[in-house]
Amino acid sequence: MRCEGVGGYFWNSFAIVIPAVLISTAVGALNGYALTKWRFKGSELVFALMLFGCFIPFQVVLLPMAQTLGWLGLSSSRAGLILVHVVFGIAFTTLFFRNFYVGIPNELVSAAKLDGAGFFRIFWRILLPVSAPIIVVSVIWQFTQIWNDFLFGVAFSAHDTQPVTVALNNLVNTSTGVREYNADMAAAMIAALPTLVVYVLAGKYFVRGLTAGSVKG
Amino acid sequence: MAALEIHNVRKEFGSERVLKDVSISIDSGEFLILVGPSGCGKSTLMNAIAGLEPVTSGNIYIDGKDVTWRTPAERDIAMVFQSYALYPSMTVRHNISFGLEMRKVPKAEREAAVERVADLLQISHLLERKPAQLSGGKRQRVAMGRALAREPKVYLFDEPLSNLDAKLRVDMRTEIKKLHPRLGTTIVYVTHDQVEAMTLADCIAVMRDGHILQLGSPDEVYNNPVDMFVAGFMGSPSMNFIRATLEADGDGYALRIATPDEVDLLLPWPNGPPYGRAGGAARQAGDSRPAA
Repeated sequence: MRCEGVGGYFWNSFAIVIPAVLISTAVGALNGYALTKWRFKGSELVFALMLFGCFIPFQVVLLPMAQTLGWLGLSSSRAGLILVHVVFGIAFTTLFFRNFYVGIPNELVSAAKLDGAGFFRIFWRILLPVSAPIIVVSVIWQFTQIWNDFLFGVAFSAHDTQPVTVALNNLVNTSTGVREYNADMAAAMIAALPTLVVYVLAGKYFVRGLTAGSVKG
Repeated sequence: MAALEIHNVRKEFGSERVLKDVSISIDSGEFLILVGPSGCGKSTLMNAIAGLEPVTSGNIYIDGKDVTWRTPAERDIAMVFQSYALYPSMTVRHNISFGLEMRKVPKAEREAAVERVADLLQISHLLERKPAQLSGGKRQRVAMGRALAREPKVYLFDEPLSNLDAKLRVDMRTEIKKLHPRLGTTIVYVTHDQVEAMTLADCIAVMRDGHILQLGSPDEVYNNPVDMFVAGFMGSPSMNFIRATLEADGDGYALRIATPDEVDLLLPWPNGPPYGRAGGAARQAGDSRPAA
């Protein structure tokens, strides 16, 4: 039994959240771009199926996901947790980016094609520079979701890869007779701090991004 | 040599046939204008030439080469869009040089091209601005500049002036007209503006329901329309149609036009045998013989 507080788990959370947010946002952006600007037969169906991901309760996939992580050899690892969060996050980030890119005129892509730019070049040079609002939305959303996740954290992590939410739960549920409310509260504050900071720093973009495209002008 | 040749091009969206065996051939340096009512397929034809929409069948040749299945970038064309489609995150300078950069033109040449185009269109003082900071007319100029910088084989203009106010539209029209002989390149231009079509074109193609009804010089299309649709479509105010009956009149023919008065109006048919039947001078599309 060690008594190092929630510090280690706090950094664990970062080590899971940051890659997961970046990867899911990047993949979501590419998905949204491909689904709107390079439509193919059945692209609407693909999008509809991806939307299903937004409605699937986490509990439903716990067992199959555990099985999959086992096959991949990622059980109880940070990489495994990152993968789970990326897979779940893509449904939301794709939705965000798809809806944002639908509002960007197709002529822009046509013009770039005529200018000789390819798939990735158009994405990188034309679309990504105007995507700041929706990137902020996606990052805040994903950061909050993944940071606050408890279920996947408790199910797919080992002792040394636990995120802070699981550690907080363990801390609060471990008692030696006297409830250390001050320690519990402090740990809760620490666990909540990063999401608060993200909202304070990027909050105004969040609202701006969510309403982007909803009003003409 | 034909700079642009379109051979029996068809385009179908599902069961809907948007282009039905369209064939056009224009020479290098010619200014072709596609006109027609909304939904006649002129924008689809434009996109087919640009390579943005694959055609269902038929062939497109640019500068003698079959480009039907080439990508837009490989066709060596430039397009000016109705919405301008300027890259919002880039300055005017980058907007103009982007196409050259994609084609790996050295930086010095790119700079020279930007300067040349900026001088030509008088936008030198705007080069460091973003498109959002420009007025509609200026954006239009930048969009033209972007097309001009690349010096492609064919320019495509998709209703480039329809988002401008009336005064500016007239100015830009004049400017395009002046620009064309200086550039000497082939231009395909889509519009629904009669005046633009009549003043700019060397050659007008009137389209309807995916067909080309008439392809000819503005003068030909205006004075000798092939059918009542073309006759009514070209010209503003549009042509009047009067129902008349054709009769034998001595050696020749005469037109009998009913009037509110007792006496019908009888007009001699000027020359040659008449083609039409009673009720107008409609003839087969494609017949270019002069009508009366």
